[in-house]
Amino acid sequence: MRPRAGSMAAGALRPGEFLIETLIRVLGFSTVGFVLLIFLFLAREGIPAFFEVPASNLFGQRWYPTYGMFGTLPLLLGSILVTVFAVLIALPLGVATAVFVREVAPRWAREVLKPLIEVLAGIPSVVLGFFGMTLLAPFVREVLGAPTGLTAFTGALLLAYMSLPTMISVADDALDAVPRSYRDASLAMGATHWQTIWRVVVPAARSGVLTAVMLGMGRAIGETMAVMMVTGNAARLPRGLDALFRPVRTMTATIAAEMGEVARGSAHFHALFAIGIVLFVLTFLINLAAARSIFARRRRGGLR
Amino acid sequence: MRYERSRARSGRTCLWLLIPVFLLCFGCRAGERNGAVSAPAQAAVSIQNTGSDTLVNLALAWAEAYMDSHPEVRLAVTGGGSGTGIAGLLNGTVQIANASREMSAEELERARAGGLHPVRITVARDAIAVVVNPGNPVGRLTLAQISALYTGSITRWKELGGQDRPVVLLSRESNSGTYVYFLENVVRLGRKEDRSLFSPETLLMPSSEGISTEVRQNPNAVGYDGLGYVTPEQKTLAVARDERGPYVLPSASTVNDGSYPIARPLFMYTAGEPSGPVKEYLDWITGEGQALVKGLGFVPLR
Repeated sequence: MRPRAGSMAAGALRPGEFLIETLIRVLGFSTVGFVLLIFLFLAREGIPAFFEVPASNLFGQRWYPTYGMFGTLPLLLGSILVTVFAVLIALPLGVATAVFVREVAPRWAREVLKPLIEVLAGIPSVVLGFFGMTLLAPFVREVLGAPTGLTAFTGALLLAYMSLPTMISVADDALDAVPRSYRDASLAMGATHWQTIWRVVVPAARSGVLTAVMLGMGRAIGETMAVMMVTGNAARLPRGLDALFRPVRTMTATIAAEMGEVARGSAHFHALFAIGIVLFVLTFLINLAAARSIFARRRRGGLR
Repeated sequence: MRYERSRARSGRTCLWLLIPVFLLCFGCRAGERNGAVSAPAQAAVSIQNTGSDTLVNLALAWAEAYMDSHPEVRLAVTGGGSGTGIAGLLNGTVQIANASREMSAEELERARAGGLHPVRITVARDAIAVVVNPGNPVGRLTLAQISALYTGSITRWKELGGQDRPVVLLSRESNSGTYVYFLENVVRLGRKEDRSLFSPETLLMPSSEGISTEVRQNPNAVGYDGLGYVTPEQKTLAVARDERGPYVLPSASTVNDGSYPIARPLFMYTAGEPSGPVKEYLDWITGEGQALVKGLGFVPLR
């Protein structure tokens, strides 16, 4: 195999360098390979569920896996309910924080705040889950009058907190990418600081903020431990307005709670992998949407 | 100079790359311990101990403790369910079968056909306590009332003479042996033809800790768990078989004399009168080994 023209011009590659370059290339490709293998594995273990369990059962309303009822509808809706509300809570907080850090805060405050926000991302989810179980849940029960504090809302609050660092960082980068000339032009035309931020900078960073939302959502829907600890894990169908203040069971929590003890190769085993496929497809779509908005921003030129 | 530095760096890169390899090796080592308990080199006697998933953790704890003091014995403990253990006992691959139920008539028939006379030894008892928040005035319930709670036909504590509060049902996850036992013997009241299930409103908690935290904090909550896992901050209910009573609080003595209704013995079966190392092991379990029982959530024989 011939080395690339560029390396030829710089002289023959040293063997050590060649080795390392090959190794890095192999590692790089292997990441893609692993994702493919994971998907193949998921498909191999999960697709049988669609043949073993009749569709009316698989998309039914009752999830009693040990008694042959594999209704995934409550789990799917549970995950969506918790994730959507987590994003609704996190979006205003995340964007406001990003705007404050990037546009308003003095330089010294920014230098303190940025690393602090990144520390947030490093808190293990089981710690947050414990915090949620012992402090947040009684608060939700006593203040909001829910029968139990282990509700979809408690989960959404925790998930919002967990997706905030991702959202803030990405939104912050998006604001950073807005050219200085936009701000200068706006201020020169007599707009106030606030008008500049709200009418010029944030709209210009819109696609980046959308990416932040998508990535935060991807983080939220895949989170397991904290959700399992605070949402109560009751596989009830969320219907009606009070569903937010009732327990739910998410797809991730179901897989985590049941995979350990399930008999390999049983319908239940395959059903759990089928849930895994649904999760994989959902996160894939969310990430795809995020990637699309990143590419759209690149293509438009001007920004980045 | 520059070349030197880059070489040093590549050396370091290699070291970093080695770390996952080491981790993998250790991971495999740890994995080996899982199913069969590792054998000492001079193992002379090997005993297969298979069966009930309810008993598997207790059986593992016994096996580990026993092998520490008796290095000449090698015990391999696996789960799979009471049926698996008994089947293994009947075809001779298992020396001790763990069972959370008695052998069925068909199993006994098959044993007799194979010329075996299975011997049943009670090794521990499993009692399930029903717990509520200490602030809940309800102190005693019948099995039928507990069943009505868990199937969702009673939704307010007022209907049981308590405060006007909603009922929040707590359960263990559906894969736990406690869940199955509670469903079959309390929710379905032991009726074989009964198909009722836990209400979909039931909160499935991933751990005993989850149940005790929620029961401690929430005056609406009712939960159940193995007696050994119940902590003092929870209020244990007295349970009666029917409304004529008597209402009995679970304790080692009421479980062992059979007056507490939600309890069952746990068995080990051998293919004939035990002898040699198997007998020594079973004697140890019913004697010294009972000290380990409480720590795993079960009730010791004495």
